[in-house]
Amino acid sequence: MSTPVLSLRDLVVEIPTRTGVLRPVNGVSFDIAAGEILGVVGESGAGKSMTGNAVIGLLDRPARIVSGEVRLLDQPIQSLRGEALRRLRGKRMGMIFQDPLTSLNPLLTIGDQLTETIREHLDVGQSEARERAIAALDEVGIPAARQRIGSYPHEFSGGMRQRVVIALALCAEPELVIADEPTTALDVSVQAQIIALLKRLCRDRGVAVMLVTHDMGVIAEAADRIAVMYAGGVVELGPVREVITRPFHPYTGGLMASTPGASKGMRRLRQIPGSMPRLDALPDGCPFHPRCERAEAACRENPGPSLAACDGRAACWFPLTEPKEAVS
Amino acid sequence: MLAYIIRRVAQSLLVLLVTGFVAFSMFSFVGDPIDNMLGQERTQADIDRLRGQLGLDQPFVVQYYRFLEQAVQGNFGLSYRQGRPVSDILMERLPATLELAFVSGFLALAGGIGLGIFTAIRKRGVSANAIMTVSLIGVSLPTFLIGIVLIYVFSVEMGLLPSFGRGEVVRIGGWTTGFLTESGLKALILPAITLGLYQMTLIMRLVRTEMLEVLRMDYIRFARARGIRERSVNFRHALKNTLVPVITITGLQLGSIIAFAIITETVFQWPGVGLLFINAIQFVDIPVMAAYLMMISVMFVGINLIVDLLYFAIDPRLRVDRTAAGGH
Repeated sequence: MSTPVLSLRDLVVEIPTRTGVLRPVNGVSFDIAAGEILGVVGESGAGKSMTGNAVIGLLDRPARIVSGEVRLLDQPIQSLRGEALRRLRGKRMGMIFQDPLTSLNPLLTIGDQLTETIREHLDVGQSEARERAIAALDEVGIPAARQRIGSYPHEFSGGMRQRVVIALALCAEPELVIADEPTTALDVSVQAQIIALLKRLCRDRGVAVMLVTHDMGVIAEAADRIAVMYAGGVVELGPVREVITRPFHPYTGGLMASTPGASKGMRRLRQIPGSMPRLDALPDGCPFHPRCERAEAACRENPGPSLAACDGRAACWFPLTEPKEAVS
Repeated sequence: MLAYIIRRVAQSLLVLLVTGFVAFSMFSFVGDPIDNMLGQERTQADIDRLRGQLGLDQPFVVQYYRFLEQAVQGNFGLSYRQGRPVSDILMERLPATLELAFVSGFLALAGGIGLGIFTAIRKRGVSANAIMTVSLIGVSLPTFLIGIVLIYVFSVEMGLLPSFGRGEVVRIGGWTTGFLTESGLKALILPAITLGLYQMTLIMRLVRTEMLEVLRMDYIRFARARGIRERSVNFRHALKNTLVPVITITGLQLGSIIAFAIITETVFQWPGVGLLFINAIQFVDIPVMAAYLMMISVMFVGINLIVDLLYFAIDPRLRVDRTAAGGH
């Protein structure tokens, strides 16, 4: 396998507070290959968005990366700061935000915002940048791009704005795109279009996509692989079909059972009892054990095993399905 | 938009009519002008004759109409004290006030916006905090005290700058300017600082607050995520979004710079309309007071109108036809 576009190894993000140090991201590792969409799911506060922000270097102070590695192709970027980091953003990694209503500057035309970004990263003149901007809008499916390039964001609908946001994130042709809840703020009918667009761009351009969402339907539709996060760690990682049909980790199983339409047949949705622990009150042992039906003494006494210990698939002492190797 | 402009102009005219009424009422309430104009040895016949000549025997409404008719043409009658047309006296004095207001307005705007941005961007910096602390002095000290302190330090103790007057002026057509001589420029420094300091600190604090607000917006984050350089993020993306509230306040402040130049002009014996007004009050020179009142209200109303129209230039969202948007 060729070098992954994005590679995280044991990434730890800490927020020092008056009462102690919080770890919203605690030892996250995964790879994303070119042309692959990795879906990152989990409840609010699981560390999904924080991981994305850490990759692109947009952590709000005082949050910071304290250990681990972020590699973009072969380059470690976790310790880059200031100007060096800025050059990577937009050029080699783009980001798509949740709410297209607020992520475009209301006082600049979309053409201004596009050409500014293009000229920041590519050595082209104003007219060439404008042509590229039109092409970028065309590519994301804005009708009559040439006429609409002078329009302001408020003149577009929500779905169209999200297309503009995607065009902005991709206009300097980055290798990696972090899409942070790109469909959450959109109508359901528009969501499918945006997902289809992301998939097409990913396939056509060979971009690696980190798709952060809490929507299992979006993941099932778009992602090639899935990383399930809980309390700052990845608890399950695998090809999306396998994880959905045969989850290993009880948390993933709970997520699936509580998602309408994720499993076949009409039945009552199940809930996962309780809620995710606050970062300043993580239980000892596996962080999921207080909510887990399968928890035993080992779960309370030992922290969750690493993914690698469990066939690289799930971080659980008593997975729902025994890994193949473990059975023998 | 046209309907909006027409409505605003109509409102402005209404305001001017009301202030005109107040100005006119002064003539009736502050004694009978005939008493002032005729000497001790008047006869009832003299009084009646003059009353008829001046049109003071006409009904109130007719007199008010005449006053407005004359005022529109810039004719406010003769000054009781100097016996010359009030409009001539005002025009002689106006350049001094306008030059002072222009310079201190420019100081306030440039200094206020510049320092506001600086303190917002470096919000944790030592110098930014120092500026914020010092600005409290500007907000809380009364204008005349600042003027007197400046005179004491720079004129009395250090002997660097003149403490009163306008210095040498150059006459260009009907305009006298102090910009072209060294003594004129020197004389301008202390009054301009005195007059502009309060406005500057006010604008600075306003810009800072707005800027901090805008810098938290999603589109600023998105601009950073696209690798837009900091300078452009701060000055192109953020500053423009802070300008609407800043323009509102600044417009009103420019009006008050001209109106409240009275105090500064008194402290520095600056030969402008403010000083003229103070002297007019002492001598109950009602035509001068009325003309001054009208002039200031025209300026205020005019500036407000311009400010409202500037919104359209800055914020494209307002350019949508309001009636089409549902009339709210």
